[in-house]
Amino acid sequence: MSERSQHFREIIRNGLWRQNPGLAQILGLCPILAISTNMVNAVSLGIATVMAMVLSNLAISALRRWIAYEIRIPVFILIIAALVTVLDLTFNAYFHSLYLVLGIFVPLITTNCIVLARAEAYAARNGVLESTIDGIAMGLGLVWVLALLGALRELVGGGTLFSGIEMVFPNLTPINVFGGDYPGFLLASLPPGAFFILGILIAGYNAINARRAKHAKSASAESILAAPAA
Amino acid sequence: MTAPDPALLPSPSRTVLPPAMRRALVSAFSLLAFTLAFTFFMAFTYEMTRERIGKAAAEQKMRLIAETLPGLRYDNALLEDVLEVENGAGGRVGKIWRARNAGAPVALVLETFAPDGYGGRIDLIVSLDNAGRIGGVRVAAHHETPGLGDYIDPAKDRKKENLWISQFIGADAAAPARQWEVKKDGGSFDYRAGATVSARAVTRAVARAAIWANTHREALFAAPAGKRLKAGQEE
Repeated sequence: MSERSQHFREIIRNGLWRQNPGLAQILGLCPILAISTNMVNAVSLGIATVMAMVLSNLAISALRRWIAYEIRIPVFILIIAALVTVLDLTFNAYFHSLYLVLGIFVPLITTNCIVLARAEAYAARNGVLESTIDGIAMGLGLVWVLALLGALRELVGGGTLFSGIEMVFPNLTPINVFGGDYPGFLLASLPPGAFFILGILIAGYNAINARRAKHAKSASAESILAAPAA
Repeated sequence: MTAPDPALLPSPSRTVLPPAMRRALVSAFSLLAFTLAFTFFMAFTYEMTRERIGKAAAEQKMRLIAETLPGLRYDNALLEDVLEVENGAGGRVGKIWRARNAGAPVALVLETFAPDGYGGRIDLIVSLDNAGRIGGVRVAAHHETPGLGDYIDPAKDRKKENLWISQFIGADAAAPARQWEVKKDGGSFDYRAGATVSARAVTRAVARAAIWANTHREALFAAPAGKRLKAGQEE
């Protein structure tokens, strides 16, 4: 495997798992709490964030030579805000039904610190291709966490899955998992519920990482023990 | 800090700005350049999308209006047969569209709002047929809590076969005022547990609009299209 593709795999692994924006960096909580009440909204916002992050990483890495160090933060915010505005207008004009679902949350991507964090930590010091891949990987890392969080909140809060899917795909219908009589568990739909469920997800994430680390450790210990015998 | 570049030091032959000020000026101009470039980019996108966005918004409004007139036949250009009403209190202007069939009055469609939703103002579209009954109600814009108070919007209502907003269909504007409340307040309209405020706000706003339109129905149908009226105290 070439060094370059190894490097790209590393970027993707960082975004999806090791430095996952939702579970490891815990950045971008504002949209996570606000819109993860159901899976369709969560994934829609996630996809919008991917687009914003890819565009902002691409623009910032391409322009990084001309951005003076002292004024980089205002310039980053300017670029991100401009791109999000353009994205918002484009959604409104060409994907109006999706625009109605995402509502006020697309402009909120501007204030999502994960976009600025990637601009500052990655795009400002890496090439255009790497930065674009980083934007995709970090965005998709956020999408799967948002999807899981949205699905759990929706399932616990209202007993449904995919509610609102008919606004995106008119011929699909939501699933009532527990039947129509499920009374619902309000807390899961409210912001505190988002904190609780995100906390559980982070605990699971840390448990998996701890177990992997333990396995890796014992495996390397075995190989050391096995070496003299061989 | 590195030593200042000798080229930037003041020389006796020409006046040069001190390095710190020079850097500040360069930064300021580059920030200005970025601002101008990206403002131009946004303005360009705005111009390119403006027409389509206006069209999409008008279509959306027309769809909502049509949804408030189920089963009613009308043959006039609804969006053009319009009155504007100044609401005395808020200074807001609402529109009233008049549906007619072969010139005969069919229904009034009113733009109104509830100022007291849980998340602020709730914009509503209410229709009232010629018998003084509500044809339908739709929420045009709201900020109620997602998954909790947003059932007032049929697109977000989880009970698709029994939409909360549908209970207004056929409600009589001439009914006693105390019936125009949610059941919790002694009226006849349902609400969903945990989010009474949203339901109460919508119910009262629908009642205000329907009762007002019902008392002024003839005058509203008689007024020439495009006229601006004052609702004042009546609303």
